[in-house]
Amino acid sequence: MSKSANGDSFIKKLTGSKVFLPLVCLFLVILINVIKSPSFLQISINNGVLYGRLIDIANRGSEIAILAIGMTLTIAVSAGTDISVGSVMALCASCCCTTLVGYGVASANKLNYPIFIGVIVGIFVGAVCGCFNGFMVARLKVQPMVATLVLYTAARAIGLLVSNNQNTYVRVEEYKYLGNFIKIGKWECPIPTPIFVAIICVALATLFLKKTALGMYIQSVGINKNASRILGINSVLIIFVCYVICGLCAGVAGTVASSRIYSADSNNIGLNFEMDAILAVALGGNSLAGGKFSLAGSIIGAYTIQALTTTLLAFGVKTEQAPVVKAIVIVLIVVIQAPAVQNYIKNRKARKISAGGGEAVAK
Amino acid sequence: MENGVVLTMRGITKTFPGVKALGGVDFTLRKGEIHALMGENGAGKSTLIKVLTGVYDFENGEIHVEGIDSPIINHSTQEAQNRGISTVYQEVNLCPNLTVAENLFIGREPKKFGLIDWKTMNKKAQQIIDDLDIGIDVTVTLENYSVALQQMVAIARAVDMESKVLILDEPTSSLDDNEVEKLFGMMNRLKEQGVGIIFVTHFLEQVYAVCDRITVLRNGELVGEYPIAELPRVELVAKMMGKNFDDLASIKDADDTCIKDELIIDANGLSHKGKIKPFDLEIHKGEVIGLTGLLGSGRSELARAIYGADKAQTGTLKVNGKEVKINAPIDAMKLGMGFLPDDRKAEGVIADLSIRENIILALQAKRGVFKLIPRKEQERLAEKYIKEIQVKTASMETPISQLSGGNQQKVIIGRWLATNPDFLILDEPTRGIDIGTKTEIQKLVVKLAKEGKSVIFISSEIEEMIRTCDRMVVLRDGMKVGEISEDITQATIMKAIAGGDSNE
Repeated sequence: MSKSANGDSFIKKLTGSKVFLPLVCLFLVILINVIKSPSFLQISINNGVLYGRLIDIANRGSEIAILAIGMTLTIAVSAGTDISVGSVMALCASCCCTTLVGYGVASANKLNYPIFIGVIVGIFVGAVCGCFNGFMVARLKVQPMVATLVLYTAARAIGLLVSNNQNTYVRVEEYKYLGNFIKIGKWECPIPTPIFVAIICVALATLFLKKTALGMYIQSVGINKNASRILGINSVLIIFVCYVICGLCAGVAGTVASSRIYSADSNNIGLNFEMDAILAVALGGNSLAGGKFSLAGSIIGAYTIQALTTTLLAFGVKTEQAPVVKAIVIVLIVVIQAPAVQNYIKNRKARKISAGGGEAVAK
Repeated sequence: MENGVVLTMRGITKTFPGVKALGGVDFTLRKGEIHALMGENGAGKSTLIKVLTGVYDFENGEIHVEGIDSPIINHSTQEAQNRGISTVYQEVNLCPNLTVAENLFIGREPKKFGLIDWKTMNKKAQQIIDDLDIGIDVTVTLENYSVALQQMVAIARAVDMESKVLILDEPTSSLDDNEVEKLFGMMNRLKEQGVGIIFVTHFLEQVYAVCDRITVLRNGELVGEYPIAELPRVELVAKMMGKNFDDLASIKDADDTCIKDELIIDANGLSHKGKIKPFDLEIHKGEVIGLTGLLGSGRSELARAIYGADKAQTGTLKVNGKEVKINAPIDAMKLGMGFLPDDRKAEGVIADLSIRENIILALQAKRGVFKLIPRKEQERLAEKYIKEIQVKTASMETPISQLSGGNQQKVIIGRWLATNPDFLILDEPTRGIDIGTKTEIQKLVVKLAKEGKSVIFISSEIEEMIRTCDRMVVLRDGMKVGEISEDITQATIMKAIAGGDSNE
């Protein structure tokens, strides 16, 4: 008796959790894959590194997951999306590569500075972009979409300026580590590095949000900016900080993306990533109207998107048609999570339970 | 259905998760009657109204409306409207940027050749407005009129849609006396036309001024229905509270011998342009200062300038003898101040957060972002204040938005008590809440003062201030015009507010 009660409460806890639906969606996407091709879950070792669809998804989804962290916060705090993150990624990549090889160099085998300096410059530029966005939104109270539109348009172009209109290649083995696999001497890490980067970013963010009051502040400001100010929270600063974090995330994602292709391809790095990041937040069950948020949901959302993309390519859906199928699946996921649908399901359940109770009494 | 009855509700039952909101409530509304629906916060008034208008569904019971044979269930306010049940809320929900005529006819504009027939519309609108003796120009946009007039337009719209039942949910909260008078005139005219009016309000005086009948609810149960003449005020209050409430006048100790010479706040020439002219104010330890004046006289603004909610632009402020600079509320909080703003919705509650979070947030802000209050401690604090100020809730994790107005207010008060302030500003802490809670809050203020804390108390109800305050500061037109420390009576205060030969 008590056992079943415990079970009930566990299920209730599980289904009541905010990340339950996003998890179900991710699970469904994977399930369909497994049914279609049982080899989906297989992970093998080739040339000393892990291969497999799951690894691929985890690897390729890293940038979206990292961006989703920042996007979750800007949406929560200001009900505003930072649409500049994709462009900022490209700018950060350009700055990183140009720092390492020098201005105007199209391809280099030698570095001017150690790699970590380049990475730090890349991330720093991201933070600067975040400061700009944050200042516009928090201090000048420009609408987030408009404020970040500035860098959405400009950052990619500035990136091209920085890299002198060319794809700056960094043909140094170590530069590939961040986006591919780390090698120390003869040993090669079998797990792609971006997975680690994503894990570290998520862990840092979680730590920061849970171990300080920042998470609570962000929600409070997102729900009621004025009331938050009256009770002693510096609303302007909190909004600013969220945009800076978002910029930082874009910086990290940008350098990772650049390392993958060991170049700064300002035209393509981070292209349309802002939309995927926003979608990740939405798929994670977060309201785009701000306020309460679930970081875990957004991260799950990010990998769901990547799983979809990988799946479609693997199924041989043509690249041109892939967005159509993706859109259909996304519409389904969004509809399942829509408040109206959720209420409907809840009401039906309640009715069933009360009807069942009535029968039991009749018996 | 009985003759002359327009609406009956029988045995209405509604439960929210964990709470029985309505338990078999009956309600009867007759033709041409103004019927007050009274009860404390959480008594079920709003729920009953929402069940009637289709905002909520209900589990049991029947609703009958005159002219419809079978029982009705409304699923939306639109459906209720079609059956002749209209509601006008405290907040006017019309479009301020449209003209009065457009607002009256929005969605049902008279058409000519498929286009809006402006001439007919304006003519008809003017007629409606004139019939109700509102006396405004219908071709002017709504925002040019006062809230009271906007509210009357909302009522006119409701009535013109052939309403048999008109629900007025706290329509007078934001109106001044003249406006209330006008509104009552209009209600009486509608009554003569045979409309049944349900009037929800917290103001006892208004109930006795305009209503014919009172239905009292308590804890989701019907207490009874009474003709107004058979229910004196004291009894009404007793019925609402379920007990004979103690004499309010006895709140303040007669022999209050607290030593009040230690200066806490010393403001010199503080001002905020366009809101409050430079003022001086001294507040001592353990003192309750009342700020009084008409709405817009600057009483809130004075308090806000001290607290830094609106940063003071001139003058100096000394706290505990030391000159301080307050740029933002957090600075004031660090000096031991707390501030309960008058607009609970806009500046008080953080709606989607839980009661626990709402209580600890100010304390957390005071400690700083990096010193998160441990979860255990948060729960202990929340529990303590929920108990201490008697917040009615199933759990501390309930979002504050699910509480009734009075309970929300209590949570916000708890938030400030948690920061253990030396000096607390309460701006209209009792507005829109029931009389029982009001008394509790007044008692709390006196208790705080006894503990050596200083309080600024702002209220529109002079009696309440007389009961609680040691000293009154009178404001008029954005200026501090005087102080009354002896012989605080309604007469002296009124005189000071009105001007002429004010005291001191």
